[in-house]
Amino acid sequence: MLVEIQLIAIVVAVACALPGVFLVLRSMTMLSDAITHTVLLGIVLAFFATQDLNSPLLMLGATLVGVATVWVIGALQRTKLLSGDAAIGIVFPLFFSIAIILITRYAGSVHLDTDSVLMGELAFAPFKRTQLFGMDIGPQALWTRIVILLINSVFILLFYKELKLSTFDAALAAALGFSPVLLHYGLMSLVSLTAVGAYDSVGSVLVVGFMVGPALTGYLLTRQLHHMIWVTVITAVINSIVGVQLAFAVDASLAGMIAVVTGVTAFAAFLFSPEKGWLKKTLRRSKQQKKLYKWKTKQEMEQR
Amino acid sequence: MIEQLTSLLSDYTFQLVALGTGFLGLLSGVIGTYATLRKESLLGDALSHAALPGIAIGFLFIGRKEWIVLMIGAAVSGLFATFLIQWMSRKNVVKFDSALSLILSSFFGLGLVLLTYIQDQPNANQAGLDNFIYGQASSMLLSDVRMISIIGIVLLVLVGVFWKEFKVFTFDPVFAQTAGFSSSILQFLLSTMMVLVIILGLESVGVILMSALVIGPSVAARQWTDRLSGVMGLAGVFGFFSGVIGTILSSLGKQIPTGPTIVLVMSVFVVFSLFFAPNRGLIRKYISQKKQQQMYKKQMEGKKEGKEYAG
Repeated sequence: MLVEIQLIAIVVAVACALPGVFLVLRSMTMLSDAITHTVLLGIVLAFFATQDLNSPLLMLGATLVGVATVWVIGALQRTKLLSGDAAIGIVFPLFFSIAIILITRYAGSVHLDTDSVLMGELAFAPFKRTQLFGMDIGPQALWTRIVILLINSVFILLFYKELKLSTFDAALAAALGFSPVLLHYGLMSLVSLTAVGAYDSVGSVLVVGFMVGPALTGYLLTRQLHHMIWVTVITAVINSIVGVQLAFAVDASLAGMIAVVTGVTAFAAFLFSPEKGWLKKTLRRSKQQKKLYKWKTKQEMEQR
Repeated sequence: MIEQLTSLLSDYTFQLVALGTGFLGLLSGVIGTYATLRKESLLGDALSHAALPGIAIGFLFIGRKEWIVLMIGAAVSGLFATFLIQWMSRKNVVKFDSALSLILSSFFGLGLVLLTYIQDQPNANQAGLDNFIYGQASSMLLSDVRMISIIGIVLLVLVGVFWKEFKVFTFDPVFAQTAGFSSSILQFLLSTMMVLVIILGLESVGVILMSALVIGPSVAARQWTDRLSGVMGLAGVFGFFSGVIGTILSSLGKQIPTGPTIVLVMSVFVVFSLFFAPNRGLIRKYISQKKQQQMYKKQMEGKKEGKEYAG
């Protein structure tokens, strides 16, 4: 069973890390934070419509609400009456509050309990199994996540050039006939879908860490997009393995521990990265200062 | 309905909660104005999440839910998070939003790890810890309101005393530095005030909704005036009434949680301000746009007639 939990963790981590690459590069990480909170509203509304916690319509509805969030925030930002991050900080608490009010008033007895909202229930995932041809082929959670991982990977593979161009030079992309807006919404739909998919295992808040952490590590350690993607994926895998092992050792929240490990690796990359690391930069700066000082004193000596 | 309202308003518990959340809303509005103007609005969101490990560690230290210790833990953890965020984003190696998201989630993860570790302790008196996530406005005590008032007054006094300094630092940090003010001290002061407000608010609205209370009132207030004093004062007013009206509404209904209701009321203020404010409001803009279009049309027609006449 540990193996299955470990597998789910790895799949979720990589599935989140992939769109995270572009979120970090486009500075849209807080938008993903907003989405991960508002999909709860989507899940609640979809649940009211279907009355069935396991219906795939739930995922679809929640994903749509996530995309709607992006649209509302974008509309608010376009009014230019408030700054971008203020728009985010107003919309998602509103949606989240509506979700909480709906849950407490109308769905009090259902499994949508507050703890799993925040933390997820990675430990219980193996108990919901999938049946294929009457055979038990593993936990349902694993297969849905694998599907999402595949969707994300295919999207990035198919649209690699377009994503790369629109991320680094949106104006040129538009001039060449691509639609940065479509790509933006496509990416955000993926983020939404991934957040909904990871919800069960990881909970609201930590999905952000899963998306941003490995990508940030990749960004700090590389100089090219395809290198960054590879490092991101490897980091995601390592983080999830170490996280799950540590969590079992200490008997603590699985997703939480992975998030902590993710933070540690990203911060370590920030400090020790050979090119962009803080340590390197500080050492380089002090070396340069010494050189400058030596040169200046030499100049003054020669003038005397 | 009226009798229900009056009996509610004279109920002691209600008065306590309404006062507490009202004053909290006022504080968030005032202190949040600085963050909104400096485009650091989401710092409030990050800090509320980052406070969790501090709370858990505080609990681990003393083994029971002693508010003051938990608050100090939250403050330390929040300040540490701010420090890390600013360190990472200082030379733009890591962009501000990425730093925010990373610190937010790893600290929160650490908090969850500690919480689940605590839950296994035999001394599991931590049921109250969950309330920090959603707030427990309805169980506010007189001691809580007193604490909010004391810290609140201290914060407001600080705002008054350092009015000029904070103003310059918010609008033109480079000039502030050349004018001789120490940007690191001012930054530290502002961060500390923000952390304190958020920790106070954790009790009434909880982690996730603190964001809205810090950002919303000042965004709404900004639509009505261009002066800092006006924005801040109005933000305080909006925050105060969000708290009070939110508490009234949630008490009148059945099983409506207070925190989210306060956020709802506040969002109404924001949307109303965005649409109906005199100079910047969207309705006003639409009307003036239409008027301008009419004017241009008339001018064009006038020119056409002029040409025909001359020709």
